[in-house]
Formats: sequence, C-alpha cells, structure tokens
Amino acid sequence: MILNGIGKYFIFLGKLFTNREKPKVYFSLIIDECILIGLDSVFIVAIVSTFIGAVSGVQTSHNLISPLVPLYVVGVIVRDMTILELAPTITCIVLAGKVGSSIAGGLGTMRIQEQIDALEVMGINSASYLVLPKVLAALIMFPMLVTLAGFLSLCGGYASTVFTGIITSYDYVYGIRFQFEGYNVFIALVKSFVFAFVITSISAFKGYYTTGGTLGVGQASTNAVTNSCIGVLLADYFIAQLLL
Amino acid sequence: MIEVININKTFNGKKVLENVSGLFAKGKTNLIIGASGTGKSVLLKTIVGLIEPDTGSVEYDKRDFIKADEDTRREIRREMGMLFQGSALFDSKNVQENVMFPLEMFTNTSKSDKLDRVNYCLQRVGLENVNNLLPSQISGGMQKRVGIARAIVMNPKYLFCDEPNSGLDPQTSIRIDNLISDITEEFSTTTIVVTHDMNSVMTIGEYIMFIYKGKKLWEGNKEMILDSDVAELNDFIFANNLMKELKDRG
Repeated sequence: MILNGIGKYFIFLGKLFTNREKPKVYFSLIIDECILIGLDSVFIVAIVSTFIGAVSGVQTSHNLISPLVPLYVVGVIVRDMTILELAPTITCIVLAGKVGSSIAGGLGTMRIQEQIDALEVMGINSASYLVLPKVLAALIMFPMLVTLAGFLSLCGGYASTVFTGIITSYDYVYGIRFQFEGYNVFIALVKSFVFAFVITSISAFKGYYTTGGTLGVGQASTNAVTNSCIGVLLADYFIAQLLL
Repeated sequence: MIEVININKTFNGKKVLENVSGLFAKGKTNLIIGASGTGKSVLLKTIVGLIEPDTGSVEYDKRDFIKADEDTRREIRREMGMLFQGSALFDSKNVQENVMFPLEMFTNTSKSDKLDRVNYCLQRVGLENVNNLLPSQISGGMQKRVGIARAIVMNPKYLFCDEPNSGLDPQTSIRIDNLISDITEEFSTTTIVVTHDMNSVMTIGEYIMFIYKGKKLWEGNKEMILDSDVAELNDFIFANNLMKELKDRG
C-alpha cells in the first residue's frame, strides 16, 4: 500500500515535467502563485518567527544565568538555533499547514468538480498545468520567507532580551556576530528549497488524486499537511546528516 | 464518426462495461441511455480517454485513440468539446475567461479575435452581458450554457455531453437539448449525450444506445424506442406514467 503510494507519487512527479504547455502559459501562473504562496504568507511567517526568536532569547537567558558564561552567548545561541533550525524548519512546518492545505483543497475541489477532467479532455496536461507553477513559485518564495523568518527571529530575540534588560544591546549584537558562519545560512537556504518542493509536491499529489466528494477534499487537505510535515522532518534530518 | 469496439472495463473485480460496441455518426445527436449506475458515464469517459478500457478500442474517424501515442491523443483531444455534468467551469475565472480558455491555450490569434469568438459563442447559447460574472454568480442553467459555449469555442468535431439536464428545470432542460441538437446540425459535429431523461430521448435521440448492467442491450432511434420488445428497456422507458399513456395512445 505504502509502496504503491510512493510509486504513484513519483509517476505524478514525472507527469509534471513531461508534455508541458508553452513556457509563456506558465509565466503568469507562476506570478499568481508567488503572490498566493509567498506574499499571502508573509504575515503568519513574521508573527511565528518573531515569537520564536523572542522565546529562544528568553529561555536561553534563563538557562544561562551564571557568572561563568558571558552574556553575549545568548545572542550566539539564538542565532545558531534560529538560522540553522527554527527559521527554516518551523517556518516550513507552518507553511505546510497554510500552503499545503490550500493546494490540496484547491486541487481536490477541482478534481471533484471535474475541472481537472475538463483540462484533460481539452488535451492539456493537467498535472503540469496546475501543479508545476505552484512548485516553481514555492521554490522562489520559500527561501525568501525563510530569510525573512531568520531576520525576524533575531529581531525577536533582541526585543525579548534587550528591551527587558536581560542583556545589553551591545552583548546581543556582539553575540549574533561572534564567529558567524555563512555556511549556516547556506544550509538554511538548502532546507528551504527542499522543503518547498516536498510541501508543494506532496500536497498537490494528495489534492490531485482526491476521491469521495467534499469529504474527500477535507481528508486530502488533512493528509497533505500531515504527510508534508513528516516529509519536512525527514528531509531536515537527511540534510543535517549530509551538510553538517 | 466515432466507433467503439468491444469495450470492456472492470473496477475492483466488478465488470462495469462488457463488450460494448457502437457507431456514433457525424452530424447526429447520439444518446447513451440507461438507469443510474449502469456504466453509461464510464463508457463516455472511456470514449474521451479519461478512463482506459481493459480491452477494446475507440476510433475517431478511423484513428485509434486508445493505442495512439501522446501527441496523436492530444491532437484528437483538441478536436473535442465536452459539457460536464456539473459544468466544470473554472471557479476563479469569469464567464469570458472560461470560454476564452481553450483559445488562450491553443491559438495565436489576437485578443480582439478571441473576444469576438467568445462573444459569438456566448450569443449562440443565448447568453449576453454575463462576460464578467463568475460561475458562482450565475444559475445552473446558465452555467451549462457557458459550458456548451466553452465546448464549442474551438469548433470541435466531436461534442460530448454528460447528463446535460441534471439538476435543471424542464423548460431549461428543453432549451439545453435543443441547443445541443441545433449545434450538432449547424457544425456537423459527432455528438454523444449521456442521459436518463426520457424527454431528451424523445426530443433529440437520432441514435440511441441503451446500456443495462454494463452491456449494450438495444440500439435504434427515437421512433423505434417505443416499440422495442426488450423488457429492460421497456422497464426503463415506462417507469414514467406519462410515457405509458403515450404508448397506450399509440
């Protein structure tokens, strides 16, 4: 059963890249999807990442109150936690919920209303026409969202530790600059690319093969989010093993 | 002309279509009739290639659709127009964009030419001043007519309609039936309509195929159907008292 599903998923991925429509057809679709996937997610990403940074700052300070540990270490830890893990992974888990359910729900509705069949009868590769722009838009927008999330997490950490008087602004800024490794940003961006593909392709797969009417659309959305989250966590582990 | 030859289809071990063959002539309104769950929609979806048959072939003017390569299939599909049971209009596009969609995808004509063609098709189905409305803002009958306009916008050689009257009032149903029949005659399309509406059968049925439990039990035309001696067909037709009275009156 699981192997059958995995095989079907890879056949579905193959369909995205074969018998494509003319490139100009995809251009406006990708722009539309960038707005839906990217711009419409900025608010939730901003809220989540700011608070993640803030909480990281408070908890790290709480655990490191010792005359032996310099205060700037709080900045170092907040930086490494957020850039390497929290910004890409938590942001993408949130996006799996928002973007993944939207993709699965939209495609599922199109399936049960026979709109996908209508495209097929017209001679259009429905998988490629409907899904490829979403995948490409996510590959463009997720790294931007993750970069924003990383920045706002650091700001959140600053606000929660400096404005409350736990450490000074100088210590925090010194900490986030201390022995900074650009490679960690590279890893975060690699994660965002991989997670973008995982979330959009799994969610689209679940939505595209929806069966069972409106109830099926709900189930497809739920399965899309669950499977996307599992996919993100698995990919997170493998990327960490490969790149660190 | 569309010919189906010995179509067989099984779902989860259950035979849904069994050796179904038939010839759907050009310029005629061909009907596939039968009770719900007898396999007529599966047959239509097999004909248009949405479902692959286990065995058998479908020929479009002698071109084998089942065995054709992807390019030939696409070519044949671009000669098709289809009206779906629920209209299958794209929710996010307005009426004009829905009808223009095939033109945008497959033609390189100017925007104004496309718009002229869209307006012509919308006029042909009796719709005006609805270009900017979304599908959710128009009635079911209007959605069906927009679906027909979209189906004919590319001048199809083959027109397919899946339950075009479902969910419509009798007057709108008659209007849709007449529209399908007129378009078939006007554009000389090979039209296949799946229906269980006896009013449609008696109005536009130039060729009728009766499907019962996945098998073709009878074929003929609307003049012959009332005199059939196939018990299952008679049960289907005369389930309605009005039809019984019609037969009794001769």
